[in-house]
Amino acid sequence: MLKVMLALIPGIALYVWYFGPAILVSITLASITALATEAAMLKLRDRPLKPFLSDNSALLTAWLLALSIPPLAPWWLVVVGTTFAISVSKHLYGGLGSNPFNPAMIGYAVLIISFPMHMTHWLTPHALGGVELTFAEQLGYIFNGALPRGLTLDAITMATALDTMKTQLHLGLSVSDIRDMPIYGRLAGQGSEMVALGFALGGIYLLLNRIITWHLPLAYLGALFATAGIFHLVDPAHYVTPLFHWFSGAAMIGAFFILTDPVTSPTTAKGKIIFALGAGILTYLIRAFGGFPDGMAFATLFMNICVPLIDAWTQPKVFGKKGDGK
Amino acid sequence: MISALLVMIGIAAFLGTVLGFSAIRFKVQGNPLVDKIDAVLPQTQCGQCGYPGCKPYAEAIAKGEAEINLCPPGGEDGIHKLADLLGKEFVPFGEGAAPKGKSVAFIDENTCIGCTLCIQACPVDAIVGAAKQMHTIIASECTGCELCLAPCPVDCISMLPIAEDITNWKWRYPVFPIRNAA
Amino acid sequence: MKAIFRFHGGIHPPTHKAASTRTPITPAALPSKLVIPLHQHVGIRAKAVVQVGERVLKGQVIGRPEGRLSSTVHASTSGTVSAIDMQLVAHHSGLPDLCVTLIPDGKDEWIEHGGVDYKQISHTEVRHLLRQAGVVGLGGAVFPSDVKAYSNKHKIKTMVLNGAECEPYITCDDMLMRERAHDILRGAEVLRELLYAEEVLVGIEDNKPEAIAAMRQAVIDDQHEHMRVISVPTVYPSGGAKQLIRILTGIEVAAGVRSPEMGVQCFNVATAYSAWRAIRHGEPLLSRIVTVTGNVDDARNFEVLLGTPVDELVTQAGRRPDTDRHIMGGPMMGVQLPAATVGVAKATNCIIASSPALFPPPQPALPCIRCTRCAEVCPAELQPQDLYWFAKSNNFGKAQEFHLFDCIECGACAYVCPSHIPLVSYYRYAKSEIWEREQESQAAELARERHEYRQYRIEREKQEKAEKLAQKEKAAAAAKAAAAAAAEKARLDTPSDPDADPDDTMQLRIEAALARAKEQAATTQPKNTDTLTPQQQAEINEIDARRARIHASAHHDAEPKNE
Repeated sequence: MLKVMLALIPGIALYVWYFGPAILVSITLASITALATEAAMLKLRDRPLKPFLSDNSALLTAWLLALSIPPLAPWWLVVVGTTFAISVSKHLYGGLGSNPFNPAMIGYAVLIISFPMHMTHWLTPHALGGVELTFAEQLGYIFNGALPRGLTLDAITMATALDTMKTQLHLGLSVSDIRDMPIYGRLAGQGSEMVALGFALGGIYLLLNRIITWHLPLAYLGALFATAGIFHLVDPAHYVTPLFHWFSGAAMIGAFFILTDPVTSPTTAKGKIIFALGAGILTYLIRAFGGFPDGMAFATLFMNICVPLIDAWTQPKVFGKKGDGK
Repeated sequence: MISALLVMIGIAAFLGTVLGFSAIRFKVQGNPLVDKIDAVLPQTQCGQCGYPGCKPYAEAIAKGEAEINLCPPGGEDGIHKLADLLGKEFVPFGEGAAPKGKSVAFIDENTCIGCTLCIQACPVDAIVGAAKQMHTIIASECTGCELCLAPCPVDCISMLPIAEDITNWKWRYPVFPIRNAA
Repeated sequence: MKAIFRFHGGIHPPTHKAASTRTPITPAALPSKLVIPLHQHVGIRAKAVVQVGERVLKGQVIGRPEGRLSSTVHASTSGTVSAIDMQLVAHHSGLPDLCVTLIPDGKDEWIEHGGVDYKQISHTEVRHLLRQAGVVGLGGAVFPSDVKAYSNKHKIKTMVLNGAECEPYITCDDMLMRERAHDILRGAEVLRELLYAEEVLVGIEDNKPEAIAAMRQAVIDDQHEHMRVISVPTVYPSGGAKQLIRILTGIEVAAGVRSPEMGVQCFNVATAYSAWRAIRHGEPLLSRIVTVTGNVDDARNFEVLLGTPVDELVTQAGRRPDTDRHIMGGPMMGVQLPAATVGVAKATNCIIASSPALFPPPQPALPCIRCTRCAEVCPAELQPQDLYWFAKSNNFGKAQEFHLFDCIECGACAYVCPSHIPLVSYYRYAKSEIWEREQESQAAELARERHEYRQYRIEREKQEKAEKLAQKEKAAAAAKAAAAAAAEKARLDTPSDPDADPDDTMQLRIEAALARAKEQAATTQPKNTDTLTPQQQAEINEIDARRARIHASAHHDAEPKNE
């Protein structure tokens, strides 16, 4: 798990570069909460602390969750999400290895359903040159909810690239008009596209180190690309390019870091491909037609339920039993 | 209105025919539940349940007359299986009905007087011998039911527990300390 | 160049083989005693045919095979049988088994023996010789070779000679191939002829170049036309019979299928060697090459008499003082010995002296995170993580459905598991539970059948009795009718008692019969009471007294039972 966390660092570094250090605060906050919750749950379940705390699995959940929450979120949002992720979606199911759902995504889902307001205020990248808070002012907001005088939350935050695309499309604008808006960069959202690139780099590091196999990321990104591509070809005015989908929202971090959680993904090669294809198509459908700005989390959770079934269906033939069709 | 009624009647008639046909065509001989229960019971025919054999006990369970915890040779495992089969709750053994270890009967051949009483008592014909001749147990057929003990007038039959040796040794469930030691 | 196939998975653990290949094979010193197990082979335990105190010669049979699947056990040297009893043996259970203990007299005096030219005798006679010589598979499975060297149902195309020796530390086959390649191949030729196989493929891992060279040279020297020595890539477990067959022929032998059904048979190189010694020189299997390595100063291969206590053997290799236990076999699949007194058996290819430094105690197991490293290395292409899950939750049906019995227990999965889960232990547990259940259900089935037959028999006897009775009654009725007719006739002649009821006479007759039977029962004596010792008489008296008591208590229900 240490290597997985290492692989997240380029993405996080770019995040800080483009959006400021607030994300580090929420990562730290989530990490502390995760460790504390993990320790408390282990104690309650009468399990030894050391091996489970040092396996970094709780930390990884915390980081992934923190990265999917807006950095300028009140502190309790992070704490509630992480606590729920660790205690309910992990330990109540039997702890590490027994949870059917990805804990980070459960935490995210709980937050976006319960506190949708807070979950849509994302920071504006530096490049857009809007009003910017100092780090101290950000801390003030995170922990006290106090903004500097004369500022409203809307003035310093914005919706994500995906969200804006969705709302503007609803208003009747065409894709090319929307893409001309300043928040968009070359591929997708200004800044966030680079963060996604950072995560992709980390993912490639994981692939090279054989921590993950190619099946999940490739099938996921392939399915997302293909679905988006079809819609884009049919009606380019209303459906953005597949590359936009790749580099916005949680697609990259999801493909390499979330779907690839071994506990909640299928074990067979065929199963992994089916799982990721399903998640890719669902992500697109939720993004294009659903009510939420991003579909990654719900697509993952939905496919998580299907894992036992997929595994049972895709049992490979064993040694010596291939030819006879038994 | 009329057409709806006709459709409903039609469906009812069709389904009734199908049901009637299957009742005749796929009629099950005997009571399948009894056989299923009987298959779970260990077939020691020991009568410890209070019924004269495993099949009668199975019939009694199927009728709902007997509790599922009356079979000590089946062990707790057996109760669990019966509970699963019948969709009932697990019932622990009653007092004094706890299962013993497996054993086989052994006739002390010096003491045996050849009365054939044990032969008549054995539910699985696992004792050979003739009147006024020494008897002996076919160990491989003996179910360890102990029914031969009581009738023996000279008390020459004893139950020998089956000891563990290399041929019947089993791998144990691997126990590793994931939980904190108390 | 022959095409080589690959099997799925496999691992590359450090081999640790160099230490024990520096010195040639050394004969081990004659031990102070030999503990020779009577069950050193697959199948039924041999029956002891010597007495305690008997003097035996080297090569004398001390255990005769029982049944088809069994093998012969011999005295490894001359000496006196000091005990035939239960001794600890090399078995996972740590339970004792029947062993013959032999105190050597130091003379090493052979029983009369001599070899034959196998071409002069029939195949059946050759197989008989192998059985008499106690030749079994020395690769570890110890399956009687005479049974394996026979196939009439299936045409054997290829015989695989297994010299892969993939498990770490073990080098006994390596050294044997380096030093005695000619005899190995001659033995292999005999086995090939017994099977009518077209070719012999010798598979040796490419980390043993000396052995490959020696074997290739021997093929050329003796002009074996049907043999080819093939260097196979080093990957554990290429020495598994199924894996090596796959590598050399591309054929996959599934679980439950025996390789002859696919036209292949596999022998270990050491088996071929001992087959040759048995046939050509008349020497039964009395010794084998054993690698002694691990926590010793002088790791090497010994030629060891079967029955040599492990303790005495390891001492000769310079056992270091911090040795705390011994492993028989390799670190992947070996057995931890219950005691160092255990005798070397036919399956003993290697003894590893172990210390906490060499093999540290396993780290505590953590939960499975389904990372599927195990599935990646499983040579049987199983899904070990699923099997683990099922075995752990006692879901044996599901485990079987997921091909638990295709598992060859090679330990590759446990080796790579990042959570240090002892996976093989779980599979072994599940397998032995399933076997036991299978046996239990068979026993129950047998009991059910016998019980039902008994019920049927009792019912039938009852019916027969009833029929007989009915017939008798019919006859009696007929007789009565005749009598009545006669009586009628008589009555017509002479007046009689009008109260006399014919039923009454019937009743009287039954009572009379009962009384007769009772009398008879009372006077019946057991026939074996003619010549009784006073003790027996006393016992009988006691029993009679008890009977009388029981009788009495049966009559007086209220009386409390004393016994």
